[in-house]
Amino acid sequence: MKLVVDDLAADRGSGLIFENIGFSLGDGEGLVVTGPNGAGKSTLIRAMAGLLRPAHGTARIEDETGEWTDLAAASHYLGPINAMKPALTVRENLAFWQAFAGKPAMAIDEVQQTVGLEHTADLPFSYLSTGQRRRIAIAKLLLNWRPVWLLDEPTSGLDAASERHFAGLVRDHMKAGGIVVAATHLPIAVDGMKRLTFGEALPA
Amino acid sequence: MMALILRDIRIGVRAGGGMLIGILFFLAVITVVPFGVGPDLKLLARIGPAILWIGALLASLLGLDRLFQADREDGSLDLLIMAGHEHPLALTVFAKCVAHWLTTGLPLVIVSPALGLLMNMEPAAIAATTATLLAGTPAITFIGATGAAIAVALPRGGLLVSVMVLPFVIPVLIFGVMAAYGAVEDPAPFLQPFLLMCALTLFFAALGPLAAGAALKGSSD
Repeated sequence: MKLVVDDLAADRGSGLIFENIGFSLGDGEGLVVTGPNGAGKSTLIRAMAGLLRPAHGTARIEDETGEWTDLAAASHYLGPINAMKPALTVRENLAFWQAFAGKPAMAIDEVQQTVGLEHTADLPFSYLSTGQRRRIAIAKLLLNWRPVWLLDEPTSGLDAASERHFAGLVRDHMKAGGIVVAATHLPIAVDGMKRLTFGEALPA
Repeated sequence: MMALILRDIRIGVRAGGGMLIGILFFLAVITVVPFGVGPDLKLLARIGPAILWIGALLASLLGLDRLFQADREDGSLDLLIMAGHEHPLALTVFAKCVAHWLTTGLPLVIVSPALGLLMNMEPAAIAATTATLLAGTPAITFIGATGAAIAVALPRGGLLVSVMVLPFVIPVLIFGVMAAYGAVEDPAPFLQPFLLMCALTLFFAALGPLAAGAALKGSSD
């Protein structure tokens, strides 16, 4: 399977944010996108997730087995907000996403154990701290199998131990043949990830 | 899809879901009318079905703007849109509308007989009004979904949604009230306006989610 980004350009209404972005990632490969604030990292991730219509170029998935035809369908998108309902308990939130997304991979108790938050299962999501909320959002990546992870500032709000733990999850995913694209300004301690660095925003 | 409906119903009935707000608003509108109109029981009974309909209409417009906005604020909307390959967006919107109607529209229908008593309506009129509300309020939700989807990116879209949606729900209101009167006033028919209203509901049940899905897709840009 290959993730191909070809001559991608994005426009958010005030001129091009970036253009001529092209790369291709195979099974088990990762890419870290870095750059200063406002350089277009999140926009790139959103364009790849199909949430933003690119001004030019394509982002697509090429899968020989034909199981995945659409990049958005083959991706987990971990955005800057956690996509969890504050009024529901952690378990209810996770159960919903597992049932909704299809292709379940791990049991809910198991993913909570993986991020070390099994004791919070019956608490409303709003009771959790910022870092715990992020860890639950990360746990969501494991609920359903998706070959591609599109991560936007995945480690924001995490402490050092959780960051290391998260790097382990990314490594495991890549080892299992997954593809990871992470936009971040904090380094992720995973060896062998390619890098894409965005420059300063040019004055229009 | 069932998971989405169940989730939204759970959120709707828990604190902050807005279910009680709608009922209280409905109650407030209906109880104020006799004070304004005066103690003319005949007049109250005469205008009862119309007032019940207007009250229910306003009450169901009340929470509509939150239909997608809450999902947008916590990031779920992005994921719902991304899942479009597996669950077509129109179907997702339809499921959300069903859950929204079950938690905000249905309670209004259930309390409307009690409020009909406040308007001195006779049993036949109460039954007819409740039946028309039951068949007509889903249309308000489906039309409202389109308005809510268009205004989803606006921070204070609430009033805008109501103003956008009102012209489209007026036919539903007209046929609903007409059918309710048809049940008590002899020459007027009940069945024809009632069936026309049901047709409107079905029409908007098909069109509303499609339009709302397209609007949501555009809003994620």
